[in-house]
Amino acid sequence: MPEQRRLIFQHIDEPGYTPDLACYLRQGGYAVLRKAVQRKPEELIDEVKKSGLRGRGGAGFPCGVKWTLVDRKSGKPIYLIVNADESEPGTFKDRHIIHQDPHQLIEGIMITCFANNVRQAYIYIRGEFPHGAAILERAIAEARAANFTGPSVLGTAYGCEIYVHRGAGAYICGEETGMIESLEGKRPYPRIKPPYFPAVLGLYQCPTIVNNVETLCHVKHIADMGGEAYARIGTPNNTGTRILCVSGHVQRPGYYEFEVGKVTLGQLLNEVCGGPLPGRKFKAVIPGGSSAKVLKFGERYKGKRKVGAEMVDYDWGLEDVPMDFDSLALIGSMGGSGGVIVMDDSVRMVDALANINAFYAHESCGQCTPCREGSQWMKAITTRMVRGGARPEDGALLKSVADQIAGRTICAFGEACAWPTQSFVQKFPDEFKAYAETKKADPDSRAFELA
Amino acid sequence: MIASPKPDLITVNVDGREVAVPKGTNMIEAARLAGVDVPHFCYHEKLSIAGNCRMCLIEMGLPAVDPATKAPITDAATGKQKINWVPRPAIACATNASPGLHIRTVSPLAKDCQQGVMEFLLTNHPLDCPICDQAGECKLQEQATGYGRGYSRFIEQKNVKPKRTVLGPRVTLDDERCILCSRCVRFCKEIAKDDVLGFTDRGSASTLTCYPGRKLENNYSLNTVDICPVGALTSTDFRFKMRVWFLKKTPSLDAESSVGANTVVWSREGVIYRITPRRNDEVNDTWMSDSGRLLYRAVAAADRLTAIKVDGVDGTLEAAATAAAWLFRTGGVALVGSGRSSVEEQFVCARLAAKLSAAVYLPSRAGEGDKLLISADRNPNTRGALVAGLIAALPAPGLAELAAAIDAGRVATVIAIGEDLAAGLSAAQLARVSLVYVGTHRNATSDAARIVVPSLTMFEKSGTFVNQQFRLQKFSAAVPGPAGATDDLVALTRIMAAAGGAALPAELNALWTVLAAEVPALATALYRNLPDTGLLLDRTPWAHLPFVEGETLHFKP
Repeated sequence: MPEQRRLIFQHIDEPGYTPDLACYLRQGGYAVLRKAVQRKPEELIDEVKKSGLRGRGGAGFPCGVKWTLVDRKSGKPIYLIVNADESEPGTFKDRHIIHQDPHQLIEGIMITCFANNVRQAYIYIRGEFPHGAAILERAIAEARAANFTGPSVLGTAYGCEIYVHRGAGAYICGEETGMIESLEGKRPYPRIKPPYFPAVLGLYQCPTIVNNVETLCHVKHIADMGGEAYARIGTPNNTGTRILCVSGHVQRPGYYEFEVGKVTLGQLLNEVCGGPLPGRKFKAVIPGGSSAKVLKFGERYKGKRKVGAEMVDYDWGLEDVPMDFDSLALIGSMGGSGGVIVMDDSVRMVDALANINAFYAHESCGQCTPCREGSQWMKAITTRMVRGGARPEDGALLKSVADQIAGRTICAFGEACAWPTQSFVQKFPDEFKAYAETKKADPDSRAFELA
Repeated sequence: MIASPKPDLITVNVDGREVAVPKGTNMIEAARLAGVDVPHFCYHEKLSIAGNCRMCLIEMGLPAVDPATKAPITDAATGKQKINWVPRPAIACATNASPGLHIRTVSPLAKDCQQGVMEFLLTNHPLDCPICDQAGECKLQEQATGYGRGYSRFIEQKNVKPKRTVLGPRVTLDDERCILCSRCVRFCKEIAKDDVLGFTDRGSASTLTCYPGRKLENNYSLNTVDICPVGALTSTDFRFKMRVWFLKKTPSLDAESSVGANTVVWSREGVIYRITPRRNDEVNDTWMSDSGRLLYRAVAAADRLTAIKVDGVDGTLEAAATAAAWLFRTGGVALVGSGRSSVEEQFVCARLAAKLSAAVYLPSRAGEGDKLLISADRNPNTRGALVAGLIAALPAPGLAELAAAIDAGRVATVIAIGEDLAAGLSAAQLARVSLVYVGTHRNATSDAARIVVPSLTMFEKSGTFVNQQFRLQKFSAAVPGPAGATDDLVALTRIMAAAGGAALPAELNALWTVLAAEVPALATALYRNLPDTGLLLDRTPWAHLPFVEGETLHFKP
């Protein structure tokens, strides 16, 4: 069985480990920040660039590059927004950091702020995490009292305040420009890019960095061990560790931290998670949160891929695919937020898609046409299907509607709502064609009550 | 032919056509310059870019350059510089022209995007065109015809939303028709400076609404109806009254103040149904006030004067002119002109006053400016009176000087053009003089007058005003006047002739040859050739006068 490597989750679920400052200090907490504030900020940015750290929120964008894009010449303040809106279905890693190890996050935030000359950081936490928000407020107060944040960090001339802002419960607030609008007190309508790239025109029209909770925790470890040492963890271009949240039909669902790319999907599900439930077989898996494209067991993927500088042949079954950003992208899905959703042979794919579509139709902000009307239309079709009104042509119609959304919207929600439909229909066309018959034979709806 | 490249122009390529456009022009406008329509809903020239309707999705590409040397890469097949096409479509409204930018608006991808967005917009649109006021001027209809697939694949239940939400005293919302383009929201925030509209709920259930406890009641609320691309925002006044394709459009002006917003009067068979703004980027952009839209109601008002009266007896224009000349013969005449009369009428008044050696009075009409399209001078043509030579100084409020002259017994006869003297004179003062009244509506002056000549409202006659910028602008007759009413110019020239003055033509083009010859400021202007957006006159002769206007949309004092 592949060994976990717990970097971020080192103390999660550790007996006796508490979220207060005293406990964190006992474990050597804030030692990295203490060293970091004695260094040049540019060195820290350099370490992050060398580390190859990729964003853990969903897009996998290189963190060092993101920081480099920030407009530092405008003379405007630079803001950091911590994306704690963890709302991608199937993802539950950030909440454990916030609940059990908030000071690790605060230390990561402070190192990031110091490196980027940020004087104000906002933690945007989803409305559904009231308890997490309270824990963060408490932890920030503790850290401030001990001068880890505040007007003079650890006795230096550098000062930085961290504020917690609670969302009101909308998926779209996790989109960085939607989050910025929400933080400004408006409806979280994502902004058009160009011109509103956060690195240039972000919060209050100032340059802004938006990073995920887990990403910022990694920054602490990069500052600690150095970018080059961190880059040796994981695999090339997929460095470090990442937390995989496995949910659905496995024996042992939960969160597991591995070096990126050092565990295959088969090892994860069969060995780490104990395989399928008794008497069942794996049917499909969504590897990176519900908006990632679904993968079908039994599929094979062949081609050439880049390993280092060389092109190497690969011939994988689904179980052989390494759980890293590039490999999952190569087979047509994505690492996304790390939420692995497993479905076994008891699942009817139309029912599963109906649930996903209901979610995205409910969460579309309604700003731009294709997503607003398309997500609702897809939901209407799949809902009609599970309620007994399926037509053989519905699968093709669903796919066509989804094709009219992806790539044509203001923000990535267009892809998020279209990709499930596109992939479900593409991978399981026969189930969609035969769904009317399936319902006749077994009329019980296995879909959750649809909103 | 391509315009010779000037330093501030750059060349872009729209569907294979090269066009030179100013730098920073967005690609909808650039395409328009190339004669290509890019369909759009949320984009409006005078509002910020929202980019939410996605109707203007196009393909775009940039000339390829070698990343290392920056040298252009040539396409071997065509011999021209290679174009790197971006695989994802982009919105033309938020894409600004850059040198060599190529766009395709008719490629398979662009077509597919247009058809997709049209289909989405129609899935939850009620398609109640047969009862919708917007039919005939609806962008959804036009673009569904021009860019849609022509059939629907949607068999689900449509959204149900409120059909008659009262947003304010003049605007009613049909929520089902709304395509959430946010033009009205942006207008209220950016132009009217009254941030009152917003959306509630989300996704397809999003609903346009006023903020809690607020109403859409600013004096510019009806502009939201104009810019609504569909039939969602409707004018409570115009709703369900008339099909727009039956209406005749006549260019006119807003006579509320010296701003002189350009307007269109919509009429059918002699009845005016509505007034909307006419675009003039130098004056009012595409906006006008709500109050200016209701002025047409004066046309069919119950108190219109419709019969010429001479000492209380119905008479002819000849009889009235002769009777007036009889009153004038003893001298002591005062003329009360109007800042609401046209330049032409003011000119004839000036000539009449000179002939009769009459003292001229012109009451000012002061109000508060709203910093937008209503200025502090509520006379639309104060400057016209200056240009025409009717007055030499700015008018004073009231008629105190005239009142004093009457009390001193220096005035025997007053001829009033459209102004109600009761605004400045007492009943006793009115009774002391013989009154000649040329005007449109019954008032204390017409009641007291010995001679009454009913005249025309500005919707029934043509002429010009000079606005606060000294911009000479034209308005035209939209509907005929009521039976019994006489064109002011006809009435004034007849009175002039009866009083033994020079014969002046009452027909506008003929009169303008006299104006051009005798009024220095109008020497080069010609009524016939006056541009739709007006002509700036030389203001230097009056530069020393302390005009009352403050700042408005395109005017700084």
